[in-house]
Amino acid sequence: MQRLEKLELIWQSLPLLGEGVLVTMTLTISLLGVGLLLGIPVALGQAYGPRPVRLLMSSYERFFRAMPILVLLIVCFYGLGFWGIYVPAFGTAVVVFGLHSSAYQSQIFRGAIQAIKEGQLLAARALGMSRLQAIRYIVLPQALRLSLPGWSNEYSGVLKDTSFVFAIGVTELTRQGWQIAMRTREIFLVFITVAVIYLILTYLGTWLLERIERRLSVPGLAGQRREEHGRVI
Amino acid sequence: MSSEYKVSSEASFVVRVADLHKRYGSEEVLKGVSFAVRQGEALAIIGPSGTGKSTLLRCINRLTEPDRGRIWLENTEITNAKTDINKIRQQIGFVFQDFNLFAHLTALDNVRLGLTKVKKLSLKEATERAMIELRRVGLAEQAQKYPAQLSGGQQQRVSIARALAMDPKLMLFDEPTSALDPELIGEVLHVMQDLADEGMTMIVVTHEMGFARSVCDEVIFMEKGVIVEQGPPEQIFTQPKQPRTQQFLSKISELYGRTSS
Repeated sequence: MQRLEKLELIWQSLPLLGEGVLVTMTLTISLLGVGLLLGIPVALGQAYGPRPVRLLMSSYERFFRAMPILVLLIVCFYGLGFWGIYVPAFGTAVVVFGLHSSAYQSQIFRGAIQAIKEGQLLAARALGMSRLQAIRYIVLPQALRLSLPGWSNEYSGVLKDTSFVFAIGVTELTRQGWQIAMRTREIFLVFITVAVIYLILTYLGTWLLERIERRLSVPGLAGQRREEHGRVI
Repeated sequence: MSSEYKVSSEASFVVRVADLHKRYGSEEVLKGVSFAVRQGEALAIIGPSGTGKSTLLRCINRLTEPDRGRIWLENTEITNAKTDINKIRQQIGFVFQDFNLFAHLTALDNVRLGLTKVKKLSLKEATERAMIELRRVGLAEQAQKYPAQLSGGQQQRVSIARALAMDPKLMLFDEPTSALDPELIGEVLHVMQDLADEGMTMIVVTHEMGFARSVCDEVIFMEKGVIVEQGPPEQIFTQPKQPRTQQFLSKISELYGRTSS
């Protein structure tokens, strides 16, 4: 009987946990989007920009990589509130996480951009393409493909980091779990469920990204399974 | 070299180079190079490695910026800061030693990209033109393959097709066969020979003496950043005037046995 009751408790918590999943996923996808939109220009600036631009982009990237996400969240939410500036918690989370992630993402892209042979750019310029055209049609399509494995890593990282927004009162998956646990006194059971949900979300996301990677794969470029010579190690 | 190239603007010259200098750090790779290429002429540039041949070629479409000197494509001065270099480059085909095909695009897209994005042709027109060029280099059947799926010789032929599709006034070849396995060199040289026969104006930096001798109309021997000797192939290969040219050619023939094909 006892066991059945517990199962029922989890069953009844699922709609609330589902709401939490929705918030977690909305936050994750939005912050990755913001990070992507900012990370690509930062990486391009670092790879191709003139010296002042390179310096600016590097200081931006170092600053955000040096800041603990929790500290940034508290400063931006409570800190601004202290000065009488009130910002919505979810919006703050998207912006703070997005800036933070853009710093990490820029390094994924920079690595990918620098892995592209110089000859690719030379050949594009020799055809009469402008620098921007060469970046758009030659560099980015290759660099983004090369970035997908690193990007999948970033996804699984930030997905779990989103639980930090607990601190500014956004009710995502972990906070939902916490509230249910406090109400029912079943901390262990509820958080095991939360853990399983995180596992599933991570698995689904990385699975999807791997599919995209394989779909976009081009012979000779990353993403290709190299099997023609058998396993190397 | 004579200074006539600096002032003359004869229409029959496709490209004129006057007193070109280039320095990398403390090393001066080009120390005042001048020459001109007539319409329909195939010029071979030979010489030891590291003597500035590739730098010279890259200066002609300003993939490398020369420090001093002037270059004209027909009557447009390439080295003039006001010249739109992207417009010039559309008219000069460049073939690289290691092909540099766009790795994420099929052979067809490699040839088509410049047509759609630079020349702004419609996809249909670009496809037709690209297929004509692929057929010309004998690779119409490989159009849908990616560079990694092609042999070195095939890749180099695609890169020639990519350059030809832009309808260039001048083709520059930077050691086009140096990265190829010996048995693949012939197919690339064959395409280049056809081009020369059709009257394409071209400058070929090469170690293929047989090609320079039998296909080219003029040969320049370069060493240490200067032109040591220039003349028609019979003269350079059979009666070189400069002792350095003689030494270089005899060294080459020791290695390869003969210099004619």
